[in-house]
Amino acid sequence: MEQFFQQLTNGLAVGGIYALIALGYTMVYGVLKLINFAHGDLFSIGAYLGLTLLLSMGLFDKIGALASVLLLVVMVMVLVAIIGALLERVAYKPLRQSHRLTAVVSALGASIFFQNAIMAIYGPGLLVYPHDLLPRIAVNIFGVDIPLMRIVMFLASVVLMAALYFFIQKTKIGTAIRAVAIDQGAARLMGINVDRVIMLVFCIGPALGGSAGLMVGLYYGQINFNMGWMYGLKAFTAAILGGIGNIPGAMLGGLLLGVIEAMGAAYISIAWKDALSFGVLILILIARPTGLLGERVAEKV
Amino acid sequence: MKPTQIFAILFAALMATCPFFLNAYWTDVMNNVGIYAILALSLNVILGHAGLFHMGHAAFYAIGAYLTAILNTQYGVPVLWLILPAGLMAGFFALIVARPIIHLRGDYLLIVTIGIVEIVRIALINNVFDITGGANGIYGISRPMLFGFKIAKPFHFYYLIWSFAALTIFLLIRLEHSRFGRALHYIKEDEVAAGGCGINIARYKLEAFVIGAVWAGMCGTIYASKMTIIAPESFSFDESVILFTIVILGGAGSIPGVILGSFLLVGLPEVFRGFAEYRMLIFGAAMMAMMIFRNRGLLPPRPKRYKLGEIASAGGAK
Repeated sequence: MEQFFQQLTNGLAVGGIYALIALGYTMVYGVLKLINFAHGDLFSIGAYLGLTLLLSMGLFDKIGALASVLLLVVMVMVLVAIIGALLERVAYKPLRQSHRLTAVVSALGASIFFQNAIMAIYGPGLLVYPHDLLPRIAVNIFGVDIPLMRIVMFLASVVLMAALYFFIQKTKIGTAIRAVAIDQGAARLMGINVDRVIMLVFCIGPALGGSAGLMVGLYYGQINFNMGWMYGLKAFTAAILGGIGNIPGAMLGGLLLGVIEAMGAAYISIAWKDALSFGVLILILIARPTGLLGERVAEKV
Repeated sequence: MKPTQIFAILFAALMATCPFFLNAYWTDVMNNVGIYAILALSLNVILGHAGLFHMGHAAFYAIGAYLTAILNTQYGVPVLWLILPAGLMAGFFALIVARPIIHLRGDYLLIVTIGIVEIVRIALINNVFDITGGANGIYGISRPMLFGFKIAKPFHFYYLIWSFAALTIFLLIRLEHSRFGRALHYIKEDEVAAGGCGINIARYKLEAFVIGAVWAGMCGTIYASKMTIIAPESFSFDESVILFTIVILGGAGSIPGVILGSFLLVGLPEVFRGFAEYRMLIFGAAMMAMMIFRNRGLLPPRPKRYKLGEIASAGGAK
């Protein structure tokens, strides 16, 4: 039972990360019908920028752990959002009218570009976050010791997701995003600046992905220039699992995938962990191609 | 003679003689280009002709290579005998995995094929059935023998690989102009209309998938015999991405385009070895630039032309 509870919380924490990244995929897919393959690498960029900021500013000595983590998250989100917007402007905007496959290839090119840019700047080896920054406390819940960081990470991802959900559902800009996702032409006729909405989506998605990168760095302690591939692929799986284009779906899919993976690693085999999540993906697509919560776009699959 | 025919003959002549001018290193580079050209041409049937977004081609290639390696090292079957079984095995695997997913829409298919290639790679690393040798792979694959002649040097392999490539090109050109090729073309251009005209879309797509997989499996045999050692990392997702990119950059559906693509993507990085550190960086940027400025590929397929007389006589025969 203890192992089950440990794996469950672990799965939820990792699932929160997947969900944060998946939101970027699903939002971009919602408005552009494009799989943004470079999104995983924006996540890595978040992790690397976080490390650079952390080491160069020495925040932890000046303002304490909590305030500095919050400040770091904000800075990383802003920086990665700028990179995301630039990516959209350079690599995707000129391709808006062309064939879908064209934009996919451009996205792959962007991904290769980012990955190698990180490698050129930071070197090919593993980088390590300073490991004594955050207190390693365990909290006792129902008689099981859960690391505090795990809970914080889960809560942080839930807070970010909830904020996004309310932003999309309740604000005027959020309504505009939803309108563009449904019908770009009609949205434009209603006076919505479609280009600006798409730009905004490319700020929000990468900002969330970048914050996920920072969290992975703080939690696991080590980062790698090509870690974005695997996380990106898993997050995309999560987005499809929940139903791509659907924001609550991405959250549900991410958490579910995290738990499935943690349980699979614990009870089946750790070596087959990754294969398990892709197996789940394939089964979902065969049985219910629109994902659990369904794609909200009427289109033949 | 048309300029394209003259160019094709010049190209063939150059390819037939070039190993005499190249040293062993560059001959080997040309061998790699050849292997990628065959693989990319086989992917072109799926991606270019049938228009299926397939990014897991390395899985079929891996199955061919592993079947060859296992049967050769365990049972001592001569490598070249295994070309056909390797192709059939890969084709059979493709048939099983593609049957339930073939109806999926573009991007979904893309992500499922990525899933398949990752699962195959993980299965190979985890030493499935205890025969794949785990992460270290399989070594000691014997060299191919052809009529008592042992093919071992890059120079010999050059002719083996490029004659197979030439055969591939010939057969694929035939395929392109067959009833099958025309049906695929129609499906790619407009699936609904093709279905309305009585083309069995799922069957044709599946056949294209299997043909591509068979060819990749056969290429796996050649790769295994060339390297004499194979490991799961040679068949990773990155490999599939490179193949995908060759087809798209060269021009999906265009055989000359795909060959040009393999020269550029496999050969050109060797030329710029000096900038090794930045070459993938430039490569990524070039991919984006290509898609923005020339998104149908370097040599896009040319529209089919029919002679007026043929159409008239075909119409008259009815």
